[in-house]
Amino acid sequence: MLASWRRMNPLVRREAFEGYISLTPWMIGFLAFTAFPIVVSIILGFTEWTVVKAPRWIGVENYVRMFTADPLFWQALKATLGYVVLSLPLKLVFGLALALLLNLKVPGINIFRTLFYVPAVISGVAVSLMWIWLLQPDTGVVNSLLGFVGIQGPKWFWDADWALMSVALMSVWRVGGSAIIYLAGLQNIPVRLYEAAQVDGANAWRRFWGITFPLLTPTIFFQLIIEMVDSFKIFTEAFVITQGGPLKATYFFLYYFYEEAFRNSNMGYASALALFLTLVILAATVFVNYTSRRWVYYEAE
Amino acid sequence: MATPISIAARPATSARLLTMRRITWRRLIGYGLVYALMIAIALVFMIPLLWMFSTSLKSRQEVLAWPPQFIPQTPNWGNYSAAFAKYPLGQFMLNTLFLVGANTLGYLLSVPLIAFAFARLRFPGKPILFTLMLSTMMIPMQVKLIPLYSMFSSLGMINTYWPLTLPSFFGEAFFIFLMVQYMKTIPRDLDEAARIDGAGTWTILYRIILPLCRPALAVMIVFAFLWTWNDFWHPIIFLNNFSSYPISVGLAFFRGQYGVEWNLLMSATLVSITPVLGLYFIAQRHLIGGLAAVGLKG
Repeated sequence: MLASWRRMNPLVRREAFEGYISLTPWMIGFLAFTAFPIVVSIILGFTEWTVVKAPRWIGVENYVRMFTADPLFWQALKATLGYVVLSLPLKLVFGLALALLLNLKVPGINIFRTLFYVPAVISGVAVSLMWIWLLQPDTGVVNSLLGFVGIQGPKWFWDADWALMSVALMSVWRVGGSAIIYLAGLQNIPVRLYEAAQVDGANAWRRFWGITFPLLTPTIFFQLIIEMVDSFKIFTEAFVITQGGPLKATYFFLYYFYEEAFRNSNMGYASALALFLTLVILAATVFVNYTSRRWVYYEAE
Repeated sequence: MATPISIAARPATSARLLTMRRITWRRLIGYGLVYALMIAIALVFMIPLLWMFSTSLKSRQEVLAWPPQFIPQTPNWGNYSAAFAKYPLGQFMLNTLFLVGANTLGYLLSVPLIAFAFARLRFPGKPILFTLMLSTMMIPMQVKLIPLYSMFSSLGMINTYWPLTLPSFFGEAFFIFLMVQYMKTIPRDLDEAARIDGAGTWTILYRIILPLCRPALAVMIVFAFLWTWNDFWHPIIFLNNFSSYPISVGLAFFRGQYGVEWNLLMSATLVSITPVLGLYFIAQRHLIGGLAAVGLKG
């Protein structure tokens, strides 16, 4: 690189120099706030560190303990995967359905687009507090409405069998966030395709499966990855609403990580947990990416 | 792959005219159905917020009434001042506003400069560095928290706002990406003309490129506001002094208090989201457009 630096003409060299100058803040930030912490995290994963004493190298013991002697690890994994499996299809399907509705060309549609996105801008804490109140078993409005139509509502967050479902249903309320992305995808589909299909007598069902869906698969793919990664990282709901309960039903992985690291000061073990979750997320992303060849339609190909 | 329906080369406009004339009545009924469905769904989406609002105006007896009444007998606006008196809401919101201001300043100083290098300047190693930057977006931020905690701890910065503000002065991958994409749409002729007129690189950035980037800057500022306002992880890790909590964490702790008064808590929650909602309604066109452009959500 140095040799090529000397061979450059002065103008080019000057531009490169200015490039590095502008990048300096990012490079410092990258080293200090990303690269260095990640390397340290990997190292800490092989240590026992309870903050009071210096970290002690214990090899892969943290990982052995995780897989063989830690029921909480498996519970956290189960709760998190359960949440991903419950919420992901709901969010993907409802997001798309909402986007199809919001894509209709009717006057005033922008008002609805604005309204449906509102839940996505509100903080997780505010949303959680709101749902605690709405889903109160005895005084909550949801169970009151259910009682109105003769259904005895469940105890929601306070029932180990319902807690996970409650958190998943809660996430559907914020589906407007993904609907907006789908909407952008839908609006990129050329109108002439629909016009031609209509002339050919294709009904709405045929038009959806013949045009909309295949041309939207890149957006669906993108949303699948974003929503999946997001679901794996669920935390605030457990912190604010359930504290991981009842009976550890919502003991999500990052909540376990938080408790180990910042309540129990098991920083070494917690580092291993965080790394494991990172690897799970990366593996899931790579897997989805791998399957994409079969179902994502790219026009250029 | 589903077979795309054959695209016949027919004049589209005449076809559209034909269908429009034939199904005017059907179209009207269709509109009616669409609106009915849309309003029904909008109600389902809005009921939680409306219910929160209704609760915030109820008296203590009405909160516990069964079955719950949607509209309180007399609106108790006093609940709002009671919420401010019971919880240090004002303090928390000011704390958050400081963080929002500092982070916005940080991003404004760092992001355009960094993005300019990626979008406009040529230097060895650029593609690799750009890929590296994008890949940092894939890593869950929680994996960095323990080292960051011990790093800031050894600098004596726990319980200060440094860990929550300092990183923004070194850029943020998502914003850099957004800004690079936007800068690439600005014609290069402009820089070249300015360069011929003797303008240096920094003049070009700050006098020519940046003023043209206003839409992207607006999206960045709105996002910086939303992210900082709603951030939960960083404050719970780096702060442990109740009076320095931002609103997101402060709110979460109200819930832990014994004997929740739901009317007051709902007032406090609504107050906490009002600035975000206000900003959203002002900026929603930029925000949704910007989101669509880069394909990411809040």
